[in-house]
Amino acid sequence: MRYDVFFAGYGGQGVLLAGNLLSYAAIHEGKNVSFFPSYGVEKRGGAAMCTVVFADGDTGSPVVGNPSVAVLLNQLSFDKFASHVKQGGICIINSSLVDTTGVALPGVEVVPVPMNQIALEMGDVRMVNMIACGAYIEKSGALQESSLGAALKKALPERNHKLIPANIKAIEAGILAARG
Amino acid sequence: MPVASSEKIFVKGNEAVAMAALEAGCRCYFGYPITPQSDIPEYLSRELPGLGGEFLQAESEIGAINMLLGASATGVRAMTSSSGPGISLKQEGISYMAGSELPGVIVDIMRQGPGLGGIDASQADYFQATRGGGHGGYRIIVLAPNSVQEMYDLTMLAFDLSDIYRMPAMVLADSVIGQMKESIVANPRPAVALPDKDWVVRGRKDGTPQNIVKSLKLGDGEMEKFHWMMHARYQELADKENRWEEVQTDDAELIVTAFGSTSRIARTAVAMAREAGLKVGLMRPITLFPFPKTAYAKLSERCKLFLDIELSTGQMVDDVRLSVARDADVLFYGRPPGTGSLPTPEELFEQIKKNYQARS
Repeated sequence: MRYDVFFAGYGGQGVLLAGNLLSYAAIHEGKNVSFFPSYGVEKRGGAAMCTVVFADGDTGSPVVGNPSVAVLLNQLSFDKFASHVKQGGICIINSSLVDTTGVALPGVEVVPVPMNQIALEMGDVRMVNMIACGAYIEKSGALQESSLGAALKKALPERNHKLIPANIKAIEAGILAARG
Repeated sequence: MPVASSEKIFVKGNEAVAMAALEAGCRCYFGYPITPQSDIPEYLSRELPGLGGEFLQAESEIGAINMLLGASATGVRAMTSSSGPGISLKQEGISYMAGSELPGVIVDIMRQGPGLGGIDASQADYFQATRGGGHGGYRIIVLAPNSVQEMYDLTMLAFDLSDIYRMPAMVLADSVIGQMKESIVANPRPAVALPDKDWVVRGRKDGTPQNIVKSLKLGDGEMEKFHWMMHARYQELADKENRWEEVQTDDAELIVTAFGSTSRIARTAVAMAREAGLKVGLMRPITLFPFPKTAYAKLSERCKLFLDIELSTGQMVDDVRLSVARDADVLFYGRPPGTGSLPTPEELFEQIKKNYQARS
């Protein structure tokens, strides 16, 4: 089985950390992984994107034209990338920041999750990316929640390991929100 | 920090280059920062001092390549790395190294150009790398990894080939392969028989003969002799060191060919074509100089249709055309580098389908 997921948002939303986390979780499950980041020259505020491909065998292209799952964290990435999602695929959107009025995505399951709102209710807006990861594993069924827990130790620098319980809570909140 | 380990690690392509350099025994690095390769000097600046090595951020790329020349002349393993604009600045030094028969590893993580260009992936420096980008008529060894594992393995190989053939070796990748993260095994340095470096710069002290390392050759016939000697050495390199990878070429009626990052995208496109019942294969050169001409010639005895794919308006395609049988057609599909210009597997599959169906 070969899975691919495309994450996009603006710099600072934790798009690259989310991609790293999913990569480590996939490695934890014994998969081969390609993590391909792409971002602007800006230190923060520019566009940030990443693609994660994981498979039991060869990962093949790190570039994916029509992702089976897209996680879009802001309006700009929704406007630009929502239409690229594969037929039969899933488009998870941060409905706190994305207005989908007037946009139809036939053949694609759109999953709105108010990520900023949930994160603020949890007391830390930086948790948006963890909520997004939770929503991803819930809708895709590609990775176990426990693998994400194990992956946090690898994806976060040692000095931030004290934040792991809060991150796990945010992942759980994302899972519940996506379950609907 | 010991580099080699049998455990799988998840690292960037650029980090893999730096790790391989350390494992290969490189203890001197000279460079100047430029995106998208700065992870290489970042890693080495952290690790080299602790290993008793020398990390030096030079005043410019020109300074760095001449420091590489100087270090190599003493016989140690040394490296520099850069991207397009910086590699252009290094060409004078690379030419002097070639003229002085000096080994040394140069890593080029290609970005868009010409000029300052931009930071996205490009393959438009193929000509610069494979033709010897400086003056005087020389070539350098050029290796083109397409995965993070190969960034590690081919960097190590670059040091060995460079020492064996006494010429600079380049690892040519782009920002996709440099910035991408994958799991790799950081293998220990393989045991390779290397020639003695009896040519290192040396004075007459203790009765040893003086060795001068230089590219100035003014004697009658001296330069002509040098050129014919290097010509023979390039031929030996072509006979012995060609490396390439073939995927499902045995029954292929169309062979896609690409190097580095585009070969990864093409590989998935080829898999899509196979799923659609099209007999399509992939030929990926790993050494760009020497170019695996004989492998192309052999493939083209049976398969008469090639589709070359590059992140440029077409450079390697010239070498493919020079290598295949005269009755083989070589088609081209390119995306000049730039933000948003990376082709997708779906896009390449469309190209494959179109040309496959149109074949006579």
